[in-house]
Amino acid sequence: MGGTPLPDGIKLIDENGKRLDGRRPDELRPLKIEAGALKRANGSAYLEWGNNKVMAAVYGPRECHPRHMQDPTKALVQCHYNMASFSVDDRKRPGPDRRSQEISKITSEALTHVVFTEYFPKTSIDVYIEVLQANAGTRCAGLTAASVALADAGIPMRDLVASCAAGKIDDTVVLDLGKEEDNFGQADIPVGYIPRDDEIVLLQMDGDLTADQFKTGLNMAIEACKKIYDVQRDALKRKYTLPAGKTDEGGGVN
Amino acid sequence: MQQNDSRENVREIVVPGDLLSKSGLKAGPGTYVESGHIYAAQLGIKTTRSDMVGVVPLSGQYIPMRGDMVIGKIVDMGASNWYVDINAAHQSSLHVNEVPWRVEFGETGKFMTVGDLVSLKVVGVDELGKVQISMKEHGLRKLAGGVVIEVAPSKIPRVIGRNGSMIQMLKNATSCRIYVGQNGRIWVDGDLDSMLKAIDAIKLIEAEAHSTGLTEKVEKLLGQKCGKGE
Repeated sequence: MGGTPLPDGIKLIDENGKRLDGRRPDELRPLKIEAGALKRANGSAYLEWGNNKVMAAVYGPRECHPRHMQDPTKALVQCHYNMASFSVDDRKRPGPDRRSQEISKITSEALTHVVFTEYFPKTSIDVYIEVLQANAGTRCAGLTAASVALADAGIPMRDLVASCAAGKIDDTVVLDLGKEEDNFGQADIPVGYIPRDDEIVLLQMDGDLTADQFKTGLNMAIEACKKIYDVQRDALKRKYTLPAGKTDEGGGVN
Repeated sequence: MQQNDSRENVREIVVPGDLLSKSGLKAGPGTYVESGHIYAAQLGIKTTRSDMVGVVPLSGQYIPMRGDMVIGKIVDMGASNWYVDINAAHQSSLHVNEVPWRVEFGETGKFMTVGDLVSLKVVGVDELGKVQISMKEHGLRKLAGGVVIEVAPSKIPRVIGRNGSMIQMLKNATSCRIYVGQNGRIWVDGDLDSMLKAIDAIKLIEAEAHSTGLTEKVEKLLGQKCGKGE
């Protein structure tokens, strides 16, 4: 947030109700997911969501290190969210920072909710989320990719987690903020959702919203999560139904 | 290929969270039950057998089960035990009482050292995932010579085939000695050409494990290779 204000004469929503990139307020950016993109990981997924490009890899269940973090009753889901230094316009200083630590933590918590951790005592399931190109909404993109990667790794889980954000720009509640909308908008609500249980596993809010706006935004995000869920399922199934020798083109919505 | 596509529908691929059955069936492996309904817990192929519905996983790590024959790799030694990597989440320990030789205290290294490969049997798994392994059974030994290749453990049933048909075919066609571990490791020994042939065939099985007409494809590969070699 902050930085240079939006130049005069540019509006986040024009008089036709269209946004900067021509989307309607309740429209998602194009989403593509490919399951099993990495060979050496137990499970992986590559995701493109608008201009976001995210890679997720899952290793394990494997012996948990450091040993003192082992839980003798269940497995640990450890996420490592990282943004590549070249993922944003200005070089991002590499390494963990407060933001990526926070995202790692909330992603771990969201995923722990769906994985049957009690099947693998004393182990750790390591999830690496690598943001190759960022354009707002990377925590949602990362969580969406990570749950596909977990399923691809053959890890028993209750359901997939789909994730999407809603927000407020120019006093209008909109879905799936783009970079400019995120920077110059008023609020952002990332949501992680389990469609089968109708359960929310991640919910954050940045900015101010009225109670009504919040409800509209949340419902919008949940509806979008259901669409994203279908893309995730499709990505996993496509990996095994595609004729041999044919490469995956991503599929997806829009 | 067209034939392949039409049969694809029969083998239904399920994703975690998919509803498998509403009632009347027992929940098999790879599933979970919530408020009376059976759901898939893993990415795999839905299988219904008489009164049970389950999921045969398409991927996933090796989960040790009692009675499994596995191939282990010695990674460390103690005075009265060896530490063995059996491709599971945890290392396991092979005690001197569980080997077919009489080993004096501190002389484990005279029998097997770090890097050796051994065929083992899983004799027990406790609730913490700790695995007890043994070499005290007919046919279990140190694997000398040959090579060990790794495939996804979920593909091992296809490498073995129904009643061992696939592995028998491989053995006959390549005249290699082949030992398949449930943990995804396969030991192959023979002369170089036939070893390479067998490895090619196993890799093909791994890559095409979920497709139909696998046996014919492998037969074709083995036939071609035989033709070229002679």
